This record gives sequence, structure tokens and C-alpha cells, in this order.
Amino acid sequence: MRPGAESLAAPRVRRSLLRDASVNWQLHLLLLLPLLYLLIFKYVPMWGAQIAFRDFFAVQGIVGSPWVGMANFDRFFESPQFWTVLRNTLGLSAYQIAASFPIPVILALALNNVEHRRFKKTVQLTTYAPHFISTVVMAGMIMRFLALHTGVVNNALEAVGLGRISFMSSPELFQSVYVISGIWQNAGWGTIIYLAALAGVDPQLHEAAIVDGATKLQRTRHIDVPGILPVAIILLILETGRIMQVGFEKAFLLQTPLNLTTSEVIQTYVYKIGLASPVPDYSFATAIGLFNSVINLALILVVNWLARRLSDTSLW
Amino acid sequence: MVAREPNLDLHRVVRRRIGKSRVDRIFDGFNYTFLALVLVGVAYPLLYIVSASLSAPEATIGGQVWLLPVKPTLRAYEAIFEYRKVWIGYGNSLFYASVGTAINIVLTVMAAYPLSRPDFRARHLYMALLVFTMLFNGGIIPNYLLVRDLGILNTRWAMLLPQGLLVWNVIITRTYYQTTISSGLLEAARIDGCSDLRFVWSIVVPLSGAITAVNALFYAVFHWNTFFDAFIYLNKEELYPLQIFLRAILIINTIEADLMDPKELEALEGMRDLLQFALIIVASLPVLIAYPFVQKYFVRGVMIGSLKG
Repeated sequence: MRPGAESLAAPRVRRSLLRDASVNWQLHLLLLLPLLYLLIFKYVPMWGAQIAFRDFFAVQGIVGSPWVGMANFDRFFESPQFWTVLRNTLGLSAYQIAASFPIPVILALALNNVEHRRFKKTVQLTTYAPHFISTVVMAGMIMRFLALHTGVVNNALEAVGLGRISFMSSPELFQSVYVISGIWQNAGWGTIIYLAALAGVDPQLHEAAIVDGATKLQRTRHIDVPGILPVAIILLILETGRIMQVGFEKAFLLQTPLNLTTSEVIQTYVYKIGLASPVPDYSFATAIGLFNSVINLALILVVNWLARRLSDTSLW
Repeated sequence: MVAREPNLDLHRVVRRRIGKSRVDRIFDGFNYTFLALVLVGVAYPLLYIVSASLSAPEATIGGQVWLLPVKPTLRAYEAIFEYRKVWIGYGNSLFYASVGTAINIVLTVMAAYPLSRPDFRARHLYMALLVFTMLFNGGIIPNYLLVRDLGILNTRWAMLLPQGLLVWNVIITRTYYQTTISSGLLEAARIDGCSDLRFVWSIVVPLSGAITAVNALFYAVFHWNTFFDAFIYLNKEELYPLQIFLRAILIINTIEADLMDPKELEALEGMRDLLQFALIIVASLPVLIAYPFVQKYFVRGVMIGSLKG
């Protein structure tokens, strides 16, 4: 850009913004209610999160409570719970992403190679269905199926002579129960986006490969996989962005006193300190929640930056 | 020489075709087997719940039910029908799902249309405000304090207002408008003296029934399945949605005496396990009934969302 071009452009931008406000006032008006909603229910809580740096007393309100700096954070970092909940949160998320991320990709590639339309539709309709089951029902199902004396899984284990396992009270099994049931519920649904990407692969590539004698496996590997890679990267970024918010409801609902050593994640801990306790410590709980949100934001920024550096595909 | 070249090529292609089809047959064999196993693995728990809910309690508990109902009976469903709390929850959930969805759809259209207009300069700013809420949030406690300070704790509003819209749905709706509402349409309407507000109401909304259906279904299922908001914001039984009662029965495993006579309660205790299976079915029924019809709309919604825009 030549020098001077900027100074020429600046007033034009300002003028057109003003014109925008007068010409498009109806569009601004339309956005009024949604923005009001965002302001009140999303941005006010962000502002309210400052009680993490205060010693919050309800009578004094958010702004009236005294500042305490990082005291609440220090208390969290020094508490014996800190490493447990952090390890549980990161461990569960990492396990979940590693185990469940590749499965929809494989399923979609397999479905894409099915010529029998009825079979394909049946598999799709069935595997999508569990996605619509609520978390409460899902947790209830898990407990029914894995019940020590009456659950069908334990009945089967007993029948083949492996003996019964008390899944819900074993801390070392909690993460697997959580992740595997999640795969059952969501893997099918996860294929939709990949199937859409596969439908967009240029058929000429396949035709040319067939003429050159490529097998189905070769075509899948060299045409389909590169075709869905950008989508996979975007989804991986989004997954990573949720790493700290690991299905809080489900972890909470699957918690039993006996599996707490692995099932207590940051968010369930926040709930217990802040709302479930007889003497709720709002400031301390908010500090832990804020720590969670900040790590989360940092993670998504880093992964997005990495994706852009390594593959040209990123969210922004 | 020149004439033989194509023949050679053809020969080679045909030979490769034959070789390929054998390898591909093996590939297909593996592929179909794999998918058949996936199908069975996903379908079995669903079938088992249906069978268990229809079997005699002693058969389910005794581990005799594997695939089909054993000594079929509808007793579990009759017991649920008698259980008043399930119906309180059902009614409340229907209310939250219908009113909540109506609010969601209105706000989503109002947010999505301006953001879809390329000539609307402020859209980048507003979009950034919207997307940022996906990346960062104040956390559970500030949200709770807000709801408390607004004075809507323990009211139906606490189930409706905090989930006024979902950013993801605004984005897919915006993308849908961008790709289906042509700029020519807007110009033609403007020449006829149509304002932006009128254009949204008379042209955009009637032309985008598909995305409204996607949003309605998505939001309705979201409200029907949501648990945590009710769990922290509500403390009155008559306001509880179904999911709260479900947790009590399915997970905490308590069936309270309620209005039943002791004899009935005793019978109920005996079939607690059975009741739970039937309850899973009853609770998922609205979604299950709608599912085959709405599934393709959901799929369309996900696909619209996956378009880069």
C-alpha cells in the first residue's frame, strides 16, 4: 500500500460506518434483543467472575466486597484437591479425544464405501439414534447395564466365567465407562459431518483412480482421507476447545462416593464448593471456574495457531 | 504400432479390473462385516431396554432376558402411569420445551438475519461478540448469582431466559440465509419500497421453513434433555422438569411414597429395576417418536453448519 492511502481511507471508513447506522438502523434494531440477551446472560456473568479476586459477601454485593487479589487462586493451587481434579479433568478429556475422535472418521469412510443403500440407511438411522438420549437417561442406562448383580453386562461376564465386576465403584474403571458409553452414544452422529465432506469429493478423482487400477482401499486412503482431513482438523480444534469442559453433567451423574478419586473433575468440584456446600464459598468456587475457563481459552488459541502453522486449516 | 497402442491399454485396464475386483471383494467383505458389528453393537442396548421393560421383573433381575422379552407384561408401564411425579415432570418439560423453543427461534432469526447481510458493516463486530461467548464464559457461580439477583430463581423463567439462544444455531441459520436468500430478492423488494423489517417477516421467514424446522427440533430436544439448569435453579417440585425426577428414580434410586397406598408401594419396590427400564422408554418417547421424521432435518442442519461461511 502506498503511503497516504491509509489516511485517505480512514475518513471514508468512518463516514460509511455512520451511513451504515442510518441506512441499516432496522438491522441494528433486529439485533437489539439478541444482544441484550448476550449482554445479560453471557457478558454480565463474565463481569461477575471478578468475585474470584474478591472476598464475596452477598450483603455487600459484587462491587462492594473487598479485593483479595490472587488469594483464592493460591488457595486452590495449594489445596490437596488441585492436582487430583486437574489430572482427572485433563486425563478424562485426553482419553476421550484419543479414543473417540478417530471412530466417526473410520465409520464415515466405511459407510462411504457401501453401495447397498438400504443397509447404509439402516446403519445410519440406528447409529444416530443414541445421540438423542438425554444425559440423565444415559447415566441411568449405564448404571442399569453395569449393575453388579442384575446388570446384563455382569450377567454376561458371569455366564462366560469371568466373574462380576463392580464398575461403578471402581475408580480405575470410571474413565473407560465414561468414554466407551460416549462412543456408543455419539460416534454415529459424528459421521454426518464427514459424510457431507465425502459427498463433496470430486467423483472424477475416483474415476481416474479406477481407470489407473486403484483398489477401493487405495482410493479410500489417497482420495477420501485427504478429502476429509480439513474437516477433521477443524473438529479436532473444537474438541480441544472443550477439553476443560468435559461433559460435566455426565461426570456428575456417574459419580458415586467410591469412584470420586477419578470422577471428580474441576466443574463438579466447583459445583460442590460453590452451590452444594452448606456454607457456599462463592469466591473460591468462581476462582476455580475461572481458572478452568482461562486454561480452556488458552488451549483453543494454541491449537488453532498450531493447526494454522502446520496445515493451513484453522478456525480463524 | 500406432494402432496397437489403445488395444494394449485396454487389455491392461481389463486385467487390472479383474485383479481389482478380487481385492475389492475382500475389502467389501471386511467393510460390511465391520458395519454389521457396529450396527449390532449400537442396536443391542436399545433392544435390551425395550425387552427388559416388557419382561416380568423376576426374569430381568434373574438375568434371563438377553434379547427378547421373557414372560411379557405391561405392569411396569401401568406402574409408571400411576406415578404422579412422572406426569408433573412430563407436563413441565413440555412447557419448557415449547415456550423455550418459541423464544429461541424468535431470537435466533433476529440475530441471524442481520449477520447474514454482506452490506451490514457492523456484522463483524456483532459476530465477534457472539462467537466469543462460545470460547469463554463466566462460570457456574456467576451465572447462578445473576439468576438469583434477577429474582428468577425458583421460577419458570429460570428455565427459559438463561438459554435464550444457542450461538451454534445462530451461525447455521446465518449461513443458511447467506446461501438461500439471494441479493436480487432484497433489491427487488427494496424497489417496491419494502423495509428491512418487513423483508425479514414477509420474505425471509416464509422462505426458510427448512432452517426453522431444524432450529425448532434442535432447541426442543435441547430443552427436553437439559438437566443442570433445573438442578441448580429450581427447588420446587411442581416446577421440576422430567429429567430431575428421572435422576431421582434412575440414578439416586429412590421411589417416594407419593400418593400411593402401601400395598402398591411394596409391589413397586419389587419392580424397581423393571420400572427404571420402562421409564427410560417413556422419558425418551417424544424424541423417539419424532426421531425417524426429524432425523433428516438434523442431518441437514449439521451439514449447513459445516459449510464454511
